[in-house]
This record gives sequence, structure tokens and C-alpha cells, in this order.
Amino acid sequence: MARMTETHVPDTLAEIRDEFLDLPESERLQLLLEFSNELPAVSDEVASHPEMYERVAECQSPVYIHVEVIDDVVTMHATAPPEAPTTRGFASILVQGITGLHADEVLAIPADYPQSIGLTRAVSPLRIAGMTGMLMRVKRQVAAKR
Amino acid sequence: MTVEFDTSSAKFAEYAEPGRLVTTEWLAAHLDTPGVVVVESDEDVLLYETGHIPGAVKVDWHTELNDPVVRDYVDGEGFAALLSRKGISRDDTVVLYGDKNNWWAAYALWVFSLFGHEDVRLLDGGRDRWISEGRELTTAAPQRAATDYPVVERDDSVLRAYKDDVLSFIGSGPLIDVRSPEEYSGERTSAPAYPEEGALRAGHIPTAQSVPWGKAVAEDGGFRPRAELEAIYRDGAGIREGDAVVAYCRIGERSSHTWFVLRHLLGHADVRNYDGSWTEWGSAVRVPIVTGTEPGAL
Repeated sequence: MARMTETHVPDTLAEIRDEFLDLPESERLQLLLEFSNELPAVSDEVASHPEMYERVAECQSPVYIHVEVIDDVVTMHATAPPEAPTTRGFASILVQGITGLHADEVLAIPADYPQSIGLTRAVSPLRIAGMTGMLMRVKRQVAAKR
Repeated sequence: MTVEFDTSSAKFAEYAEPGRLVTTEWLAAHLDTPGVVVVESDEDVLLYETGHIPGAVKVDWHTELNDPVVRDYVDGEGFAALLSRKGISRDDTVVLYGDKNNWWAAYALWVFSLFGHEDVRLLDGGRDRWISEGRELTTAAPQRAATDYPVVERDDSVLRAYKDDVLSFIGSGPLIDVRSPEEYSGERTSAPAYPEEGALRAGHIPTAQSVPWGKAVAEDGGFRPRAELEAIYRDGAGIREGDAVVAYCRIGERSSHTWFVLRHLLGHADVRNYDGSWTEWGSAVRVPIVTGTEPGAL
């Protein structure tokens, strides 16, 4: 049980964080837009079962997430409309940083990871709270499904 | 020099100040007109970067119009620096547009008005209409030379209400709550589908009438014609000619939309926006709150 309380940023998310922090603040929004454009399409199976998705109420725009845990390996799916690029960017960071991790690694992601990637001032604290909500829900789904 | 008003719309002609709105056709024909600056202001901080009206500059409410420390707007020097950087002059015609039926564009317009920027207009139908009509978008950064916008003291006394103003205002005139019915009645502290953020109590300010902001928007995404707006705000909410009115919502963005309707489209001279709104009132100690669907009394 000790692992549940220890936090550790997995390498994938640490790399994404460093990518943002290496840029001057003024260019970080462009990188977020790139993540936004890279949000992978959801798998056909998930897309045809909208009931599998959980709405992220912390985000101002409609974003839905679905997490699978198969043989202890996590896959995260997310969908958000093109007119909500910030939310898509947040989701894309988490999808790219979380998919492929073991359940324990996901549960160990610190809750304040969204505040650590240098975007808080560029997008405003209120908006970054949406990403925090998304991460919290992913971890809850992983805990329930592992 | 004043840029000509958009006189092409019979709907606009009915409003108290027809010149406060422009059509997409008018804007498309005036993108290169000297003295016209187009400003996009959105809820989503990245939406502008995905494509915007050619030449439009971005003004973000959260990160640019707010003071970074105190819950307040930028001061005269901050506003002058911002507009100079954006290439806007004091006598420019500023046409604002944005997502969500112009919520944030109306908010930016209201803040520009606190600094007395005279010629501010909204694009009727906002960003969505421009896009749905298949008009040009670009990701190219606008090339505007920096200007020397003067430092003008912000004047909060006419258009803005503080919490204490509202406390003493209760009972003396129409108070309009533009939030969703669920927020008004106290079922929740933020709009459906929005995060529950920042308010410890739910309900509404005593005597406030519930008129959700979206009632002012027609099916086509533009503002409703004047007669329909009068039915909503005069017949429905009981606002009379000459009344002082205060509008509020959660942080002041949706009530800026209603403020624009009451002030510029219906021509009420004394309309203030209480931007502290529910995130302040719902957390303040010992202010009166009413729950349920009736306005209630003090």
C-alpha cells in the first residue's frame, strides 16, 4: 500500500513537461496546439460505445475520457471537439503520457502534474484546473478497473 | 475619424444604438479599412491560434485584461501597454467577436468601455457565424505596428458594481441574474457542464429576477430583434424606462452579454455589471442569499 501514497512522474510525462519548460513562455501555447492537433482518434470500439465514456465536468468544454486496463497496462482514450483546442491539448498530453503505463505508475502520478508543466500563467489557473480534473478522473478509473 | 456604421441590417436599425453591431458581410468588406481593428476574445485560449479572421488580434480575458495578482482589471497603464502592443489607437473602431455567442467578446467590450474606448462594436453572431458562412480564416499572425495608446484612468463608477454597491442596491431597482435556472435556484454553484468553482454557497441575490443570458440570442446565433428583447426584459423581468439595473452571473462574462443588450440594444442609460458576481457573493460572509425559484425579498 505504500506505493499508493508515493508519487512519481513517469518518464513519458516528465519528457512532455520538459518540452514545455524548455520553451519560452510565449511559445508554449503553440506546443499545446501541436498536442491538441495530435489527439489520437478514439478506437472504433470505444467510439461506437459512447456510454463507456466519463464526462470531465471540471472542463468548460465537453470532453469525455475512457480508460482501459488490460494485463495491468493502461490505455487512455479521450474525445473533445475541435472548437475546444485547449481541452484537446490537455487530453492529448495525458493520452500520450499515460497510455502504455502500468496501473501503479498511473496512480503514482502527482495530482499537481498539470501545474508543473509551465502553462499555468499562459492559459490561466482556472483553465489548468480542467486538466487536473481530467487526471483525477483517469486515476479513479484506473483504481476501479485494475 | 469615425468609420461608417453598418446600416445594412433592418434588425440593427431598430436598436437604440444600431452602430454597436456589425454584420459578417460588413466586416468582410471592412477588414482593410484604416481605423478598423478586429479583436477576437474567446473562452478557449487556443481557439484563435487554430484560425482567426484575417488581421484580427487576440485579447485574452484571463491572461491579458485581468491584473495578475489582485482580482481586478488592469489599470490605466496596463491597458495602455496592452492596446499599444496590439496596435490599437484610442480613436480606432474596435470590432470584437468570439466563441460562445460572444460572451468573452462582450466581456472585453465592457472592459474597453471602463477605459472609455468610444467606438467598440460586436460582430453579430460571433465567431460561429463567420465560420458557418465559410468565410476566410487564417493562422497567420497579424502585422500591426505598435501604437502609443494613452494612459486613461479606468472609470468603474458608471458601468461596474462592487459587492457593497449591490448590497445597498437590493430593493431599489431591477437586479438581473443571468445564470442558468439551476444556479439561480441554488441546486448548483456553477453552470451545468461547468466546473463547480469558487463559491461556497448556492442561490441568488435577494430580489434578483432570473433571465438566463441566452434568452437574448436568436436561433441563428445573433441577438434577438428589439421587440423580442423588450418582451423578455421589460414585460418579462419588469425593467422600466429610466430604471437603474445591475446584472450579474458567475464571474461577469455572461452578464457582460446581458449588459450589452440592456445598455446598447435597448438603450437603458444606467446599467452596471457586477463582475464579482456569484464567485464573490456566494463566498462572502453574511450577505443575504435566497434559494428556490422565487426572487425573494431582503
